[in-house]
Amino acid sequence: MSVLIYLIPIALVLGCVGLVAFVWSLRSGQYDDLEGAAHRILFDDDKKPDEKSD
Amino acid sequence: MDAQQTKQDVQDDLSVCREVNASNSNVVSGYESLVQNQDDVNELSVLVSGVHCAGCIQKIESSLLNEKNIQNARLNFSTNRLNFSWNGTAENANDYVALVEKLGYGVQPYDSEAEQNESKNEERFLLLCLGVAGFAMGNIMLMSFGLWITSTETMGVATRDLMHWIQALIALPTVAFAGRPFFRSALKALSNGHTNMDVPISLALVLASGMSLFETFNHGEHVYFDSAVMLMFFLLIGRYLDFRARKQARSTATDLLSTLSGFASVIADGQPQKILIRDLKEEMIVRVGAGEKFPVDGQVIEGQTTVDTSLVTGETLPRDLNTGEEVYAGTLNMSAPVSVRVAKAADDSLLADIVRLMEKAGQGQAKYVRLADRAAKLYTPVVHTFAAISFLGWLLIGNLGWQDSLMIAVTVLIITCPCALGLAVPVVQVLATGRLMKQGVLVKSGDALERLSVIDTVMLDKTGTLTLGDLQLKSVHDAALLQLAASLATYSQHPLSVALCKAYDGDLLAISNVQDHPGMGLEGVYEGQKIRLGSRAWCGDQDQAETENIELWLDIEGDKKEVFSFEDTLRSDSIDIVSSLKDDGLDVLLVSGDRQSVVEDLAKQTGIDDFYAEKKPQQKFEILEDMKGNDKNVLMVGDGLNDAPVLAGANVSIAPGTAIDMAQNAADIVFMGDKFVPVYDTYKTAKMTQKLVKQNFTLAVLYNIVAVPLAVMGMVTPLIAAIAMSGSSLIVIANSFRLRFMS
Repeated sequence: MSVLIYLIPIALVLGCVGLVAFVWSLRSGQYDDLEGAAHRILFDDDKKPDEKSD
Repeated sequence: MDAQQTKQDVQDDLSVCREVNASNSNVVSGYESLVQNQDDVNELSVLVSGVHCAGCIQKIESSLLNEKNIQNARLNFSTNRLNFSWNGTAENANDYVALVEKLGYGVQPYDSEAEQNESKNEERFLLLCLGVAGFAMGNIMLMSFGLWITSTETMGVATRDLMHWIQALIALPTVAFAGRPFFRSALKALSNGHTNMDVPISLALVLASGMSLFETFNHGEHVYFDSAVMLMFFLLIGRYLDFRARKQARSTATDLLSTLSGFASVIADGQPQKILIRDLKEEMIVRVGAGEKFPVDGQVIEGQTTVDTSLVTGETLPRDLNTGEEVYAGTLNMSAPVSVRVAKAADDSLLADIVRLMEKAGQGQAKYVRLADRAAKLYTPVVHTFAAISFLGWLLIGNLGWQDSLMIAVTVLIITCPCALGLAVPVVQVLATGRLMKQGVLVKSGDALERLSVIDTVMLDKTGTLTLGDLQLKSVHDAALLQLAASLATYSQHPLSVALCKAYDGDLLAISNVQDHPGMGLEGVYEGQKIRLGSRAWCGDQDQAETENIELWLDIEGDKKEVFSFEDTLRSDSIDIVSSLKDDGLDVLLVSGDRQSVVEDLAKQTGIDDFYAEKKPQQKFEILEDMKGNDKNVLMVGDGLNDAPVLAGANVSIAPGTAIDMAQNAADIVFMGDKFVPVYDTYKTAKMTQKLVKQNFTLAVLYNIVAVPLAVMGMVTPLIAAIAMSGSSLIVIANSFRLRFMS
């Protein structure tokens, strides 16, 4: 049972990491336009937003 | 991707996407006043209409991002809001808006409504609570598994207590954080002297956590942290789904702002100026170009044109408008620019009257009590009673200590599982609206389906609803004559000319010296012969009797004549759907603003016995009030401005996707496409949804009948509680999925 001493904290830390990732995705507005996100997968341009052609 | 290629791609797509009310006025201006500036970066949000596919999003965003100074451009597909930022001056805003409009989309200023932001915050809040509850539940269950599958003898008291403490550590902050939606709602209800479903839920959460903590301190055997958090998790799912389903309630109040939120061209001191429509005052002179809507009620002081009043009156055919005549806000200027003296400020126009009627209709809506809310009213007292009985029973009769008695009462609260109740309605509604969306039907709020399932009367509008609202050539002609007529007709925007061109898809002949005489027709020269295409009076025999038909006459050298007749065709399945609706036992009425003869004819064609013609918007509304007074539940299907008050006031309303924005906003449900069958399909789906919802409630009750006695008798352990909660939720969800197999 001594293995629990380090396994449980590891599990909790991993859980926290997951939660932080979720909260980040929520805060960065990824859930604001779920329908639009579905449509965007059909885009076929490879242009990154910071490269612009003149 | 150069601009030319982009435009060509868009032209192809536009034949699939809806045509938009793109303004023909050449200069875009006025947007500079709405630009926000932060750290030298200008930002603007506008509303874009006509976006229906991935291609649209891509076109708009990439054409903006291709511009040199643009930093960021993002179109939110769910809200139709385009947000972009750039380096430069505020005036550049107009250029960028013009760019989007050139692609074929309508752009309107965005009135940042507090309402929209509030709902976004609420949604994020629920999602955050849901996420936290989910993560906590998973990690607590980690320990629970150990506790369930073994016994205290095997693992030892120390290990068991360790597990309990770690669970407590995770659970208590989680309940405090993610339980807020329930606690807030329960406190609000209690402070008003009522109870709602959130009161027993909050009680369950607080007591379960509290008692479990107490047990943990006292080295108790069972703790219920996982049950409490699982309860929260499932309920939050139901609440989030419910919220999303309810997010877009029909709006009436904001509509006045949105129709008046465009710009009008005012002639002041001989110079044209752009002014916001809502700032127009009496006696101002407004210049309205061809293809633009009249922004206010007024009198034409210069110019001659034809005006399309279909949105306001439902009349299919445009009327001539001469100098000195009156014109109303919302009607469309078809052929030539005119100057109008404003008779009434935008606030006082006929348009505004209709909008106010709509608002009144919206407020007069009896608050529909949803099935879920009615179930909740029953649930709360029953659950509290059982919990109290168990507590007192065990304390006094069973002679158990107060801790154990309270624990049993807590298990009763938990096991009655409002989970199943909380999921019973939203899951089915989400599935139903998702399925309808694939069929091109947008349902704005879940309870629209509920209201639709109990209707007994259907009110139908004529133009644009039962019919396509599109004039079509119905007579048959010699190909050469059709080609000649179409070649001349391309020079005009008159709906009959447009319909004639649509009916012909070959090569066009070159006609010279084309002149457009508004109100009369077109004339031109072809192969030396003078051709005229226009009204009967202008081209034809004045002695022939006036008919009610919608016609265009072709006249060659004043000699040979051909008559093209048009009609507003019914949707291909209107007749079938009306008879299906009648077969299902619904009363069907036809109410229109168009002439008596036309309406009577159509009513006969579709088999509708009750019909009303030449009804003004106020009169349409009165018909609705009459029926509601007779306790009828009315479904309204309409598309025009004259239907908007009825759409707002009916028990439930549907509008076609071709309807004006105001009608679409006032309706609960919007359907796309040329057919009428979506109306019937939605009705059928609504009935199926209600059936499944009632089954779900039955399942939840049955489950409780089994589970509650077990809990009262003290036989429930955390393991049983977890299985029961997840089991009942899964059964309800599984039953909801049966919707997929129903036709």
